[in-house]
Amino acid sequence: MRLLVIEDDRDAADYLVKAFREVGHMADQAGDGEEGLQLALDGDYDVLIVDRMLPKLDGLAVISALRAQSVETPVLILSALGQVDDRVKGLRSGGDDYLAKPYAFSELLARVEALARRRGSRGEETVYRVADLELNRLSHEVSRAGQEVQLQPREFRLLEYLMRHAGQVVTRTMLLENVWDYHFDPQTNVIDVHISRLRSKIDKGFAQPLLHTVRGAGYMIRDGAR
Amino acid sequence: MSALGKLLRTTAFQLTLVYLLVFVVFAVSLLGYFALNTRRLITEQITTTVNTEISGLSEQYAQGGIRRLVIAVDLRSRRPGSSLYLVTTPTGEGLAGNVGSLEPGVLDHPGWLETNYRRLDAPEGSDHRALVEVVQLPGGFHLLVGRDLEERERLFGIIANAGQWSLALVVILGLIGGFFVSRRVLKRIDAMTGTAQTIMAGDLTGRLPVAGTGDELDRLAEHVNAMLDRIEALMKGLKEVSDNIAHDLKTPLTRLRNRCEQALRHPTSDGGYRAALESTIAESDDLIRTFDALLMIARAESGQARDNMTEFDAAQIARDVGELYEPLADEKGLALKVEASAEAPVRGNRELVSQALANLIDNAIKYAGPKGKLNGAPAEIVVAAGLDGDRISLSVADRGPGIPEADRGRVVERFVRLEQSRSEPGSGLGLSLASAVARLHGGELRLEDNHPGLRSTIELPRAGPAGSG
Repeated sequence: MRLLVIEDDRDAADYLVKAFREVGHMADQAGDGEEGLQLALDGDYDVLIVDRMLPKLDGLAVISALRAQSVETPVLILSALGQVDDRVKGLRSGGDDYLAKPYAFSELLARVEALARRRGSRGEETVYRVADLELNRLSHEVSRAGQEVQLQPREFRLLEYLMRHAGQVVTRTMLLENVWDYHFDPQTNVIDVHISRLRSKIDKGFAQPLLHTVRGAGYMIRDGAR
Repeated sequence: MSALGKLLRTTAFQLTLVYLLVFVVFAVSLLGYFALNTRRLITEQITTTVNTEISGLSEQYAQGGIRRLVIAVDLRSRRPGSSLYLVTTPTGEGLAGNVGSLEPGVLDHPGWLETNYRRLDAPEGSDHRALVEVVQLPGGFHLLVGRDLEERERLFGIIANAGQWSLALVVILGLIGGFFVSRRVLKRIDAMTGTAQTIMAGDLTGRLPVAGTGDELDRLAEHVNAMLDRIEALMKGLKEVSDNIAHDLKTPLTRLRNRCEQALRHPTSDGGYRAALESTIAESDDLIRTFDALLMIARAESGQARDNMTEFDAAQIARDVGELYEPLADEKGLALKVEASAEAPVRGNRELVSQALANLIDNAIKYAGPKGKLNGAPAEIVVAAGLDGDRISLSVADRGPGIPEADRGRVVERFVRLEQSRSEPGSGLGLSLASAVARLHGGELRLEDNHPGLRSTIELPRAGPAGSG
């Protein structure tokens, strides 16, 4: 995956570029808005990581300029402003995701991978399949090894989101934002309990667990046999 | 600016001047109208009298010729009074009357006119003014009848004089009155300014003087004082908060630092370092969470979050957040029930209200678990949304140990945690945020006894039917 980090704090940018390389992604960096815009227009990137406050050209202005030239590369906005209103403003100006500083790298990585995968996404498929687990998005039916699994509406949405991102790490905040539409941080880990409920419905009694906990990051649904 | 200059520049004094001017113009027009009318009236009176006399004398002449007229005029001239008579030959020689001299040419113009004259018996140089009518009798004789105008002029003089004096008096009294009124107002304004300056200098305990008259200055002073009360309370709150923040953030920072130091001092395996680093990250995550909560409270309290207000159904929030926490409660051996069937429209920040309710539920789950169960009451948490008149309420009721009445005011303050809750994880900011969110929306957070347990209620104003609320 090719990434572009537009961030004026050199330390932070170096850290990100290094961390992305360690996990096998290519990452370039730009120190200000103008340079970032130029690189983003010229290069073929999978995801842009844009800081909101940049010298020369503000982060949101970079995104607007890109969108105006029909460059649809997914953008993740990084910002020290973590409040709901700022997030709304960021997403409105064309950003695809928003992450407040300070953040955990695992969170950023999971979101960047989710954005990159969205381009060739399985969003239009009617039936999601992971191993012998099947989810029909139209009939709202779920089955494991041909046996029907009864899910509450929210559990269905949770599983749907996990399966859309099958093979990718999905963090707790991503789940909270996309399944419950909340952007606050619950003090207790309520998501874990929902996951364990879902796990008991789809994995219990099967030799092959599909819903995995990724330590220090989140959860992932994948075919463990592969 | 000199004291007098300051006084003359006051609104009160300038208003006095305007009123004075209006009053003077009014008085002058009234007196003028009065004087002119009086004069007209007197003139009319004179004309009528003179006309009567002339017609009488003309009759005498018609009946008895010039002789009879001369006798009649002679007789009338002798009577005391201000009447004037003169009969002359066609060449202007006087035959009878009490007029000694006239302005030349008067007798050649029959009709009404005003002229200077001197009485026959008066000394040289004592000329008066008179209103006379001259008629030419058949045969060429001239008859002049008139009235002295001294009376009229004197009356006019008296009125003019009275007018001048009263105007002078009005102006003087007005200026003095204006002076005193302005000085009084100025004194109170100066007192207010003085207080304001001490307040600006940093003494927030100062208050504007209230005279107790209930006038507009008093009302202003009362409002400013109320504002100062609020500012003082805010400043005090701010100071307490910064003290608390300094204290409560230093504690975890110290812990974090100690842990790092300890890891360095006792070199262990890679696993030991890893564990130390992991706990450091966990500790800093807690700190970040605390900072986020503090920022959110500050935003809610300063009213900045008002930008993002929409209309939503609080009952839906109760169902959603209740559903989010239900599995967690279940895991802790608690039954979480949601009672929110009726729609409860609220205008506000959906995210903040959700978080406030989440905090209340989180508290209930934390403190009302099986170990907090009292008197064998079912360990149940009821999340309810209700509509009561123009208020809607979002409440969380548990059967836990509750909060003693004496502590209920205190627990909404930042970082305040009761002894019994210290063992549970938490920042001590949950109720502060709920309270700040309630106040942001013009509502309040209420903590009550649930007999047993705690019932925490966020009360919010109901959104108007047209979405105006």
